Amino acid sequence: MLEIRNLHASVDGHEILRGLDLTVRPGEVHSIMGPNGSGKSTLAQVLAGRESYQVTEGRVLFDGRDLLEMPPEQRACEGVFLAFQYPIEIPGVGTQYFLKTALNAVRKYRGLPPLDALEFLRVLKEKMELVEMEDRLLVRAVNEGFSGGEKKRNEILQMAVLEPRLAILDETDSGLDIDALRIVANGVNRLRHPDRAIIVITHYQRLLEYIVPDYVHVLMDGRIVRSGTRELALQLEARGYAGIEVPGEPATLAGAGR
Amino acid sequence: MSDAAATIQQYTGQPYKYGFVTDIEQDTVPPGLNEDVIRLISAKKEEPSWLLEWRLKAYRHWLTMSEPRWSNVQYPPIDYQAISYYAAPKRRPKSLDEVDPKLLETYRRLGIPLHEQAALAGVAVDAVFDSVSVATTFQARLAEAGIIFCSFSEAARKHPELVRRYLGSVVPYSDNFFATLNSAVFTDGSFVYVPPGVRCPMELSTYFRINAASTGQFERTLIIADEGAYVSYLEGCTAPQRDENQLHAAVVELVAHDGAEIKYSTIQNWYPGDEEGRGGIYNFVTKRGKCVGRRSKISWTQVETGSAITWKYPSCILLGDESVGEFYSVALTTKRQQADTGTKMIHIGRNTRSTIVSKGISAGQGQNTYRGLVRINRSASNARNFTQCDSLLIGERCGAHTFPSIEVMNPSARMEHEASTSKIGEDQIFYCNQRGISKEDAISMIVNGFCKQVFRELPMEFAVEAQKLLEVSLEGSVG
Repeated sequence: MLEIRNLHASVDGHEILRGLDLTVRPGEVHSIMGPNGSGKSTLAQVLAGRESYQVTEGRVLFDGRDLLEMPPEQRACEGVFLAFQYPIEIPGVGTQYFLKTALNAVRKYRGLPPLDALEFLRVLKEKMELVEMEDRLLVRAVNEGFSGGEKKRNEILQMAVLEPRLAILDETDSGLDIDALRIVANGVNRLRHPDRAIIVITHYQRLLEYIVPDYVHVLMDGRIVRSGTRELALQLEARGYAGIEVPGEPATLAGAGR
Repeated sequence: MSDAAATIQQYTGQPYKYGFVTDIEQDTVPPGLNEDVIRLISAKKEEPSWLLEWRLKAYRHWLTMSEPRWSNVQYPPIDYQAISYYAAPKRRPKSLDEVDPKLLETYRRLGIPLHEQAALAGVAVDAVFDSVSVATTFQARLAEAGIIFCSFSEAARKHPELVRRYLGSVVPYSDNFFATLNSAVFTDGSFVYVPPGVRCPMELSTYFRINAASTGQFERTLIIADEGAYVSYLEGCTAPQRDENQLHAAVVELVAHDGAEIKYSTIQNWYPGDEEGRGGIYNFVTKRGKCVGRRSKISWTQVETGSAITWKYPSCILLGDESVGEFYSVALTTKRQQADTGTKMIHIGRNTRSTIVSKGISAGQGQNTYRGLVRINRSASNARNFTQCDSLLIGERCGAHTFPSIEVMNPSARMEHEASTSKIGEDQIFYCNQRGISKEDAISMIVNGFCKQVFRELPMEFAVEAQKLLEVSLEGSVG
């Protein structure tokens, strides 16, 4: 479904991704871990099509098509969803209205008729139970005045409504207390589906206790340096990133802090 | 410049849709201003002599005044002798059927059909072309209800007692530089009188069109709602695209008697000038309503998207006990437009209430100023005011300014003031994109969300128009 080959990307002239490879198949959950500054969020932003990141080399295929050629809204309509690390506030635009506009934009792209207010409300109610979202948030402006946990829940609600084929969760666990973490993770787990792939970007192993991945990758210095199963995450927790051996380089140089 | 910024720029740079000129034989007075010109205007309109005297009194007073400079706008000096003060199509129709086809075509292109059978259901229109009213629809039907809806010139001839009683009663001839100039040279405009207890059965509207070059438009509108009457009135304005600036100095007076309500809405879309600030209308307007009676209500709603410079403060004098004043405004400045707009709420009666909701949007190199005064006089016990004043910035080179004044002379007053400034950032647009929403749709969604509190005050037929107009005008730059 997603094939990333030798991806290089820069921001403001600094190269962050330096030859990243990754293959994700439908139904799989991949976790990408790595120290601060290793390029985790850059990967998420590049896949979503953020303009301030320049791809200098390599390619990304989504269902065999060149993802990098598509503008961000087309990627979204094709089924790529990014749950933001820092969800954006949009004053004056109601959450419910925003969700309806987004869903109908995606439906239009897919050649489906728009949902009217009543049909949409039915879809929404069903999805809201998934993330235990309160009704009162729907009438408020998008993310405005939401707590950290409410913002993250809103991201997962949007994912549930838009039903993406590939969801990328960028540090969805950051800033969440244990109850909120459990709710968000439950929501994600219920969205696991044989046709849907999920990439979970996280700093800590903690989230992976709730969302159990099929594969774990360690990102360092803009490349994936180790891949394995859930055991790798536990190993990281015990020994830290400094304990990871990077082929061809002494372990100490590739340590945390880059 | 990033892609999103470029899109906003392109989106805000759309051409002005109403910039065409109608080629029609015009009767135009040569440029210049003196007493003879005023006598000529008065004679052309076959006015009673007291009205000419009133004009001359205003003109003599105007000569002693100087142009105000306190507003937050900049423009080169205006040469008042270079303006022509009267321009009118030569053929004067006696009825709707005789209106010059070219004029009908002009209004049709503007989306205002003047044939009654084609007209918007439930909306009566007075069409003002340069200095004269060319047509007024549905007059007969309104007359059945006792409602007078006609051009100002017609009112001065047919209903002199009403005009004489109310003209200048809200905005006196000596009020301010531009209002005084208007009092001397005003040409046409609309007149409305709704008799006691009558609820006007349709929306009334005036459509102002400036066509001739080097002319000014100086119209005067007077609306009177007698005891227990109700009227909703809407004005729309457009002008051709020209390189020189044109002056529009109008006066609007509203009078609401006991229990009466006047709802006055404006969709102003005069030519705004180009990206470099060439051309465009100087819109220097005095609008004021007086709630004379108990429990009367005056509500102003304005959507200001056009003009190179806007200088206007639709205001309410709350004289009657328990009277209510409202002001809802969306002002958009893009390109090099400047707007200095707001309101005055003067509380004199007891238990008077006022509401101010102002939404300023700045894009391109636009400068948007809110200027407001809320005054609670000593006599105004238990007065209440709520003010909300929000600014939205799009791009890096525009500006938003607010100058709110609050003067309270009675300790029982309750005042609330809320203000906010926000910006459409690339983050917000990217967030919308990531949910499948295009850049254009993201911007209009955010702008419409910002304005909806004001749009819902507009008569329904026009709320949709206003939304579309904003989308088109918002072809403004970020940079």
